[in-house]
Amino acid sequence: MMLVVFALALWLLGWWVNARLAGGPHAGLRAVQLLVPVMFGLTVIGVWELLVRGLQVPLVILPAPSGIAVRFADSLPILWADFVQTILKGALSGYLIGCGAAFLTAIAIDRSDFLRMGLLPVGNFVAALPIVGTAPILVMWFGFDWQSKAAVVVVMVFFPMLVNTVAGLREATAMQRDLMETYAASYWQSFFKLRLPAAMPFVFNGLKISTTLALIGAIVAEFFGSPTVGMGFRISTSVGQLALDMVWAEIVVAALAGTAFYGLVAVIEKAVTFWHPSQRG
Amino acid sequence: MKSILAVLSVVAAIVVLWYAACIPMNIQGVLTEAERAGAEVIPATAKDRRGLNEFGLAARNSFAIPATWSQDRPRLPAPHQVAAELWETTVGKKITSKRSLVYHGWVTLSATLLGFAIGTGLGILLAVGIVHSRVMDMSVMPWAIVSQTIPIIALAPMIIVVLYSVGVQGIIPKAVISAYLSFFPVVVGMVKGLRSPDAMQLDLLQTYNATRSQGFWKLRLPASMPYLFASLKIGIAASLVGAIVGELPTGAVAGLGARLLAGSYYGQTVQIWSALFAAAILAACLVGLLGLIERGVLKRMGIV
Repeated sequence: MMLVVFALALWLLGWWVNARLAGGPHAGLRAVQLLVPVMFGLTVIGVWELLVRGLQVPLVILPAPSGIAVRFADSLPILWADFVQTILKGALSGYLIGCGAAFLTAIAIDRSDFLRMGLLPVGNFVAALPIVGTAPILVMWFGFDWQSKAAVVVVMVFFPMLVNTVAGLREATAMQRDLMETYAASYWQSFFKLRLPAAMPFVFNGLKISTTLALIGAIVAEFFGSPTVGMGFRISTSVGQLALDMVWAEIVVAALAGTAFYGLVAVIEKAVTFWHPSQRG
Repeated sequence: MKSILAVLSVVAAIVVLWYAACIPMNIQGVLTEAERAGAEVIPATAKDRRGLNEFGLAARNSFAIPATWSQDRPRLPAPHQVAAELWETTVGKKITSKRSLVYHGWVTLSATLLGFAIGTGLGILLAVGIVHSRVMDMSVMPWAIVSQTIPIIALAPMIIVVLYSVGVQGIIPKAVISAYLSFFPVVVGMVKGLRSPDAMQLDLLQTYNATRSQGFWKLRLPASMPYLFASLKIGIAASLVGAIVGELPTGAVAGLGARLLAGSYYGQTVQIWSALFAAAILAACLVGLLGLIERGVLKRMGIV
């Protein structure tokens, strides 16, 4: 019971400190803006730990953060093997193939008004569909190993990427196109010097959406069949064994991988589209 | 008019490609069947045919091509097979039947809608809290944004099992996953929407001596509607994916996800494809319905 009271006290303390920080005179500082969410996260983890211990929640319902950390540290080799199988082999290769194919397709259909008018509504429609459902079919075609996961990822990222790139290639204004015309620029010159750079914010928007989709596709596809390695496989078998600390360790890996992947794309975006208003503030 | 023509021709091209793809995908199986039935096949045995180019096989055994579109358990079913299966399992069966897609679709749809309602409601509440409280904004908002980069769907099997072990089963676990997936897009979109009135408009309300709640109901909430609908459309698609994935780990007996899983266990490809199309049609209807509501609401508000 003591621990539960402690948990409540910790929650109030954390909230009070954050309220002081957010309402205080230094709220505009970057350090404070970083500190507040970190404090909040640490408070949540602390309260979680205390509540699980205080109420003696069984492992099959919710493991304590310390238990998850211990399991994480103990099974680093397994987690690393799963990470390589699911993220590096499945998600990343599918992401590169899918985004690359969508990018090239977008460039190809951009030259024809007819194709663009036909493909955009279809692409928008397909982008809203539950594409993960193709996973059982693709697993049947490409086997249990990472190739089928990469195929699911390709199908998932293709249409969001296509729609965004096509929209981006339309971004240059008529005035700018006319200027290129007066320079007697050829199609490809005006493409590489005007329209491709102008499309970059859209392209990166598509790339960022696709990072999450790629991870989802690779993990869910493993629920339909996989070799005895991989994050989706580990999650579904550990759930079966009620080893929830292992499941949480995998979720930590997925969270870290997802954030790092997204962050990497965002960093590249910052370097490429440094001229865009949204990057300059 | 021209754009409808363009869309139709793209769809037609996809269907033609699909039929064409059926030939190399199914030719091996068809030739094996033909050989068993006593037909003359070149090369004669399955062992010799393995590893050969599928297109070459189809060219040399052109008599078998029509059969690739009507196989019983094809690797890739032809469009008309999927359409026939869809028709048979929606219109041809009683909707209470275990083999009716309407029944399975309803199981998934009810979980989706319940989860979507919960997720949207909580998301709007949190967004209101974030807009009105600086502490909540600074502590919760970064986590809400980060959480969008995490494949939270990985949590689905665990949520099901944990809820099961505390005695909750049926529609609720799936709805929880659906709610979870639609929650964050709604929070992020709604916060953006509630912040969309510019300083001039907020100042105007100040000069009217409007209270905080008047400012919320008369300015912030109406101004957030376009953003809300944009994120609702993302949210409902995510909810449906959540409900489908939520049916996978328990080996559920009913629902579109269960149809997918059962089809993949027993190699019933036509069943997988028809469940997939049923899910696609469901998603399209839900997003389309939200689009209609959006049009109506925004029109009445005079925004479009």
